[in-house]
Amino acid sequence: MRDLLEVTESGLYCERGDFYVDPWRRVSRAIITHAHADHARAGSDRYLCAAEGKLVLRTRIGGGAPIDTLRRGESLSINGVKVSLHPAGHLLGSAQVRIEHGGVTWVVTGDYKLHHDPTCASFEHVPCDVFVTESTFGLPVYRWQSPEAIAAEINAWWRANRDAGRTSVILAYALGKAQRLAAIVDPSIGPIVAHGAVMKLVEAYRGSGVRLPPIDRVPPRARRVGDGRALVIAPPSVLGSSWLNLFGESSVALASGWMTLRGVRRRRGFDRGFAVSDHADFPGLLEAVDATGARRVLVTHGFSDSLARYLRETRGLDASVLPTRFAGEAPPDDAVANTADHDGTDNDPTATDLATEADA
Amino acid sequence: MKAFTDLYWRLDATTSTSEKVAALRDYFAAAPAGDAVAALGVLSGGRQLRSVSTSQLRTWAAEVTGLPAWLVEECYAHVGDLAETLALVLPEPEISTDEPTDRGLAEIMRTTIHDLRGVDEARTREVVTAVWQRLAPRERIVWHKLLTGGLRVGVSRTLVARALAEVAGIDQAEMAHRLMGGPPADADAFARLLAPEAAADSRRPYPFFLASALDRSAVEHVAEDLGDVAAWQAEWKWDGMRAQLVHRGGDATVWSRGEELVNDAFPEIAAATASLPPGTVLDGELLAVRDGRLLPFAMLSKRASRKTVTKKVLADVPCLFVAYDLLEADGIDLREMPLAERRRRLEALVATPFTELLAGAVPADASRLFLSPLVTGGSWAELAELRGESRARGVEGLMLKRRASPYAVGRTRGDWWKWKVEPLEIDAVLLYAQAGHGRRAGLHSDYTLGLWDDGRLVTVAKAYSGLTDAEIVELDRIVRATTLEKHGPVRICRPTVVLQLAFEGVSRSTRHKSGVAVRFPRIVRWRKDKEPAAAGTLADLKRMIPADS
Repeated sequence: MRDLLEVTESGLYCERGDFYVDPWRRVSRAIITHAHADHARAGSDRYLCAAEGKLVLRTRIGGGAPIDTLRRGESLSINGVKVSLHPAGHLLGSAQVRIEHGGVTWVVTGDYKLHHDPTCASFEHVPCDVFVTESTFGLPVYRWQSPEAIAAEINAWWRANRDAGRTSVILAYALGKAQRLAAIVDPSIGPIVAHGAVMKLVEAYRGSGVRLPPIDRVPPRARRVGDGRALVIAPPSVLGSSWLNLFGESSVALASGWMTLRGVRRRRGFDRGFAVSDHADFPGLLEAVDATGARRVLVTHGFSDSLARYLRETRGLDASVLPTRFAGEAPPDDAVANTADHDGTDNDPTATDLATEADA
Repeated sequence: MKAFTDLYWRLDATTSTSEKVAALRDYFAAAPAGDAVAALGVLSGGRQLRSVSTSQLRTWAAEVTGLPAWLVEECYAHVGDLAETLALVLPEPEISTDEPTDRGLAEIMRTTIHDLRGVDEARTREVVTAVWQRLAPRERIVWHKLLTGGLRVGVSRTLVARALAEVAGIDQAEMAHRLMGGPPADADAFARLLAPEAAADSRRPYPFFLASALDRSAVEHVAEDLGDVAAWQAEWKWDGMRAQLVHRGGDATVWSRGEELVNDAFPEIAAATASLPPGTVLDGELLAVRDGRLLPFAMLSKRASRKTVTKKVLADVPCLFVAYDLLEADGIDLREMPLAERRRRLEALVATPFTELLAGAVPADASRLFLSPLVTGGSWAELAELRGESRARGVEGLMLKRRASPYAVGRTRGDWWKWKVEPLEIDAVLLYAQAGHGRRAGLHSDYTLGLWDDGRLVTVAKAYSGLTDAEIVELDRIVRATTLEKHGPVRICRPTVVLQLAFEGVSRSTRHKSGVAVRFPRIVRWRKDKEPAAAGTLADLKRMIPADS
């Protein structure tokens, strides 16, 4: 029997239903797991995403292509294939795609995390036969602290900087991580300020009904911002630019799962690294796989070889690597060098080809 | 352990010298003497025998975590640091409330590191796994590094001396001198280190004065930067081992620049030291010379690493000392005296210039002590011409020392310069790459380079440094994209990248497949303008081997 989903030139394709999941080329029908640039590309004729993610997706892909939506619990039949969307916990509107046909169920995770995030619905364990999972942080060295511990660490750093009259600048993806950070820090410490790229998506989040604390935009032609008390949220691309000079004396931190590693923290020109990620850590990936009950697991972007082998050896699962062009959380050096890819300004699929080792 | 762990991470988090000094000062001001002694031993890079192998640690970590051994290896390849890998994969510590909360560095090192020597494997495993259960990940990293002897914190002796000088409230140079000859062995010695008045020590050498490389080496720039040539003393830069000979109160000691006592490795030099008048300290270079001819540095270095030397080694690799400074005479510290005056006194003490031995003008076994000859040139242009003869003479270039200068401590810039000969260069092709460690963990930054030989590329050198961080990231992507095969951490790449390689010399070698060995290879630049086909050949490299070797 042919697989329900296959990797083609244009992306993950369901021939029976004639649709794609997160295609990397223009197609007639695209189901989008979430609005990061390596998963959501402009130019397709018609889109489908989770209802809460529509505004964010529109903000990212622009244009007038119709975006259909599914609410939680709803399903749609596309050429006889039953499709439903289930929260992935990655960012607002991120969804796992459940595809059912002929008594066989597939789930494609897109990117996901299991930890609580106040800006989006929590990951749902969806039973299936074939589970297509990401593996960005699929090595056992990646084990996140609890969300409370991370928030406490960031708050302590912000408070200490404020007391020393130093602005706190935290670098994070403009979509998802930035809003999550704004939601988890303690706004009583000081004002929160955001870069324009972040602000655009803060507005999309608010427009979608997510509650965020007051956030000020950095004015376009500002010469000096704040008095050393603020927390500034900005995309990593500002690192090394004169934009950072706006804040006078500052401490610059990067928020990324890669910050787990000392070598990576030391390599770049920031003062602090917070290991906070919107991807599942190693225990999270295993928990998700186990909960599906799937006998077959296809592992995509990340440490796919290692995770697939581990699942085969320890669980006897039929696990293998599915080569895709998804990038996950960009590797540490690209997190700074190639943020264009994640800021939605560059939708060229080839841009991610070298940005990740995934399945090369 | 907690205080030392905090010190480690404070040092790790900053590149600022003053913050590092502050972290050290805070630690030493508060640490109990026993812990301070242990910490100083660690910070001065004292080598200790490993009582646990890294492969044992990996095996046990796999057993404790239930992870397959291959996955622990993959984690290590990704993280690039074993201490950190283990700290991250091990389960969270079991915090029990009835245990003493924190044990000092000295106690931890004694009970969990030193006491493991000679203990059987089962007991060692018990101790190691018990420590794992007790320490938090950030403490585990530090402890693993202590255990495996890989703790490098990026603080120089000078910084340690500065911090301790601040704690003791004494002059920094005085503290640097007190620290010479090795860190304090016990709490009493630590107390003497911090005492307002120094205690006499007949063996203690002086802190070495280290030369800096000239920023600009073209003759017109040297003339511009250093001014009147008459103010400078020029000597050949010998390719040997820096050493101090100390003869005081009946003790004759030979000290390496690493402050190791090397009497045992160089008994003939120790004997020659004893022949000096009491109260004498000489600074100079150890060289291996047989029958009036300089032997390659590799032979000297091999001999220096021996604990004891046999008669055969003494005959095969005879050593001598070329003196270039007199730091103490008649028991009086001369370091504040101008170099010209110290030189005058040195010449009165050690009369025979080393060049006379090389010229065959004195018998080969006449003495073990020679004078570093002056290189005289009336102008910078003349000196530059002499410098051009360096390679033929078997030296690395010229040393330039300001005649009026005192003998300073450490790498003080301005008075001692190395004017090294320009390196040899060749364009080579990137063949293999391996992920680096520490700051370069996860990036392929260790390169193996090759040259053409009869239509094939043969490896000739490994190089780690020379590219910028941005270039390393860029090259890392090319390495990943052009990988033909992976062998563990090593990737074999399709030849696409040409790198310009610089090195100090080439010699024949039976240990290398190419038949040649290059000295101090490093990358000068990435030749993006060159195709691999246009890179250099092994024959080009062999032509650079000095004629008489």
